Amino acid sequence: MKRKSLGNKLIACPYIVWSALFIVIPLLIMFYFALTDANGVFTLANLSDIGRYKKAFGISILYAAISTVITLLLAYPMAYFMTKLKVSNQRMLLMIVMIPMWMNFLIRTYSWITILANTGIVNTFLGKLGIGPLKLIYTPAAVILGMVYDFIPYMILPIYSVMSKIDNSLLEASEDLGSNAFNKFKKVIFPLSRPGIISGITMVFVPSVSTFYISQKLGGNKTMLIGDVIEYFFNLGPVYYNVASAISLVLMLLILLCMFVMNRFSDDDDGGVII
Amino acid sequence: MKRFIAIFSIITLICISFSGCGYNYAQLNVEDGSYSKDLKGTTLTVYNWGEYISDGSDGSIDVNREFEKLTGIKVNYLTFESNETMYSQIKSGGVNYDIVIPSDYMIERLIKENMLRKIDTSKLSNYHLIDDKYKNVYFDPNNEYSVPYNVGMVGIIYNSKIYKDLEHSWKVLWDKKYKDMTLNFNNPRDAFMTAQMILGQDLNSENKKDWDKAAKLLKKGKANLQAYVMDEVYGKMETGEAAIAPYYAGDYLTMYESNNDLRFFYPKEGTNIFIDSACILKNAQNYEAAVLYLNFLMEPEIATANAEYIGYASPNTAVINNPDYYYYQNEILYPNEKDIPKVQYYHNISEDIRSYYENLWIDLKLY
Amino acid sequence: MKALSRIYISLIVFFLYAPVLVMIAFSFNESASVWVFNGFSTKWYTGLLTDTIMLNALKHTLIIAILSATISTVIGTAAAVGITSLKNKFIKNSLMSVTQIPMMNADIVTGISLMLLFIFICKLIGLTESLGFVTVLIAHITFNLPYVILSVLPKLRQTDANLSEAALDLGCTPVQAFFKVVLPSIMTGIATGFIMAFTLSLDDFVISYFTCGHYQTLPIIIYNMTKKSVTPDAYALSTIIFVAIFILLILYNILQGKNEKTARKGYAK
Repeated sequence: MKRKSLGNKLIACPYIVWSALFIVIPLLIMFYFALTDANGVFTLANLSDIGRYKKAFGISILYAAISTVITLLLAYPMAYFMTKLKVSNQRMLLMIVMIPMWMNFLIRTYSWITILANTGIVNTFLGKLGIGPLKLIYTPAAVILGMVYDFIPYMILPIYSVMSKIDNSLLEASEDLGSNAFNKFKKVIFPLSRPGIISGITMVFVPSVSTFYISQKLGGNKTMLIGDVIEYFFNLGPVYYNVASAISLVLMLLILLCMFVMNRFSDDDDGGVII
Repeated sequence: MKRFIAIFSIITLICISFSGCGYNYAQLNVEDGSYSKDLKGTTLTVYNWGEYISDGSDGSIDVNREFEKLTGIKVNYLTFESNETMYSQIKSGGVNYDIVIPSDYMIERLIKENMLRKIDTSKLSNYHLIDDKYKNVYFDPNNEYSVPYNVGMVGIIYNSKIYKDLEHSWKVLWDKKYKDMTLNFNNPRDAFMTAQMILGQDLNSENKKDWDKAAKLLKKGKANLQAYVMDEVYGKMETGEAAIAPYYAGDYLTMYESNNDLRFFYPKEGTNIFIDSACILKNAQNYEAAVLYLNFLMEPEIATANAEYIGYASPNTAVINNPDYYYYQNEILYPNEKDIPKVQYYHNISEDIRSYYENLWIDLKLY
Repeated sequence: MKALSRIYISLIVFFLYAPVLVMIAFSFNESASVWVFNGFSTKWYTGLLTDTIMLNALKHTLIIAILSATISTVIGTAAAVGITSLKNKFIKNSLMSVTQIPMMNADIVTGISLMLLFIFICKLIGLTESLGFVTVLIAHITFNLPYVILSVLPKLRQTDANLSEAALDLGCTPVQAFFKVVLPSIMTGIATGFIMAFTLSLDDFVISYFTCGHYQTLPIIIYNMTKKSVTPDAYALSTIIFVAIFILLILYNILQGKNEKTARKGYAK
């Protein structure tokens, strides 16, 4: 018996070594870069200069927050309606939601340009109805649309996965106890689906706040989200690695802070993310 | 009448180019012995701009494949989208390349930072084909480090169906009349150039105040623009999504093929001229193969195929003087002496100024 | 209510597929534009056959996806088994926290930190070239691992510990007990983990962008293309991938449908 559990512990070793090497140490190196200048001399200048990019941080968080809320509002009913279908249909629909995730998100984002452009599909259609071309592309709304579009499966799936596990007898019990539809939702479904919502929010907010592609394509490069700033500096060469690391570090801390605040609202015992 | 001749010549050129589609290896007129198979089995890594080589599409020559066939050397061909990303990649130490094809000012910087290897041009049997105009240029005065690949100038492309009688000036990008229909470059050096030209500045000014002024002007014009783009300009100009855009002359010719309403001019304030040249990096792993490749790029057939595919002006006299060349005596690529606009080259700017304007650029985006 | 839910679901599905439909339509475009449709043609599909850059990138993507999914499934399953048997709360918790870092962290931060590490190590041991196949593989395994672990862990928790003890009592060696008893009961979790890992690897752009060097995967090529002018060949390739995935998932679904019990939890995502 003792030998068995020792063996079991040992087989976690490759992973422990791996995570130390490729998760922990890289972050330490990033720390080092953030706190030094191009010649490797200690400095706080990179971090104290962060204020320059406060607008980029601000709009990144704002856009990400808006798109997370929209995603949640769209995905929640979807997940709920899905659980009401026949099991075989549920499976089918799940597949349908997942398939776009398997396709390159760059291409899917790029297709939106064709749809939203002034001479694009929507405006051509509107033009036929006699409604003048609307300015859809290169607006903040287009960027947010891109975020919602790209990350909505990450919201639908965890919520659905939690909801589909809600025991039907609980719902019946609440009906027997005289709950109306609203109360059933408020007292049973919503509280039980909360872990799914929390992980959905995480999985949408984090990539939205740090994206560096959507804003370039759908925002016409007229503004920079914080991910764009980081990418831009990295592409300027090693001299700028320090600044880029410092911004990355602050971004990481900001995200962790957001997650921490969020987790305050969840009573998920594992503190884990449901995927 | 002039227009008629122009159209007629374009039609004949199209016909010629179609009949010339059947380029194949047999027609490659290469002297025996100049390309040995000694290096067979080795790999050559080439780092070039995207869409900057004839790749076999639409019946053109696939340059890299021809080179592989001829020499047995495997070409590992990779692309970048700006001089700065190229620099960042080779400087990071993450990746090795043998050949890079950057622009003038970047070559000056690479030479200064001791990153290029000298090329023995006497080993290049085709080097004499390069036009003397493009030899001994400022960034490589003794022709030691670079072999010219393409040359070009920046101008303004506009859609004559949407707007007529444009003032031939960079100022059109700021003109409220064209609000939301204009584009500008999405790279700081070229975008700043449009403002610097209006202000009559030196493009390589080492004075921060000049850059501040240019940045201020760019900020003023930002609301007037539809977007900052690089090669997305193709789709936008071809469909009429945007109507006025500054871009490289060679790309205009490609766009014109898809949309005949497009027109082009060199602004009166002057413009930027550039030379993109092939260089061999100091830490190249396969120098011998790189030399062969440079020579191969200057082969008349290969250079013509590239010039026709890319649409930029060629520095190769075997191309320029070839009456079958699709853009033979094209007046935009090869303007007459009197039509040549005032031009300035970009130079390598001091690190201080460079980081200054990079930050101004980010400020502009966040403005 | 039923009609309403149908309409709602259809709208969301339409939203998800609108760009995909546009992509498929333009992959059959006669001209090189992805803006204006000029007529039907399959030339972009036939052209793909000779497009070595694109095909190579596809090959790279598949190699990386298969290898990284396999390796991370093996290491991750082992790790999950090990973590479950850990008694020390502190070690267990800190290991779980580290596991979550790549999930909670922005891709761009993960990518950059890995790139800095690779460059740093190679400078240390004097290699001139650091980024390539190995580094992009390591990076993919690293971000896949948490997903594998987190899909296997719940299954392990549900597994009855008495079962493997019974097997030991009946004379199995610990290794035999693991393969005969534990492994079959966590198989669905492992399969989910593998598919998740494969999916993430296939679609990853940001982390590959910073770590791939010469070894350009399909998303990188497409990114470079969208910086230049996108031609319908990228759409054609994506359409082929789309159809392939569609068929694969249908097959997977049929296989799963045969075993309703596993299907119930097969998509823990």
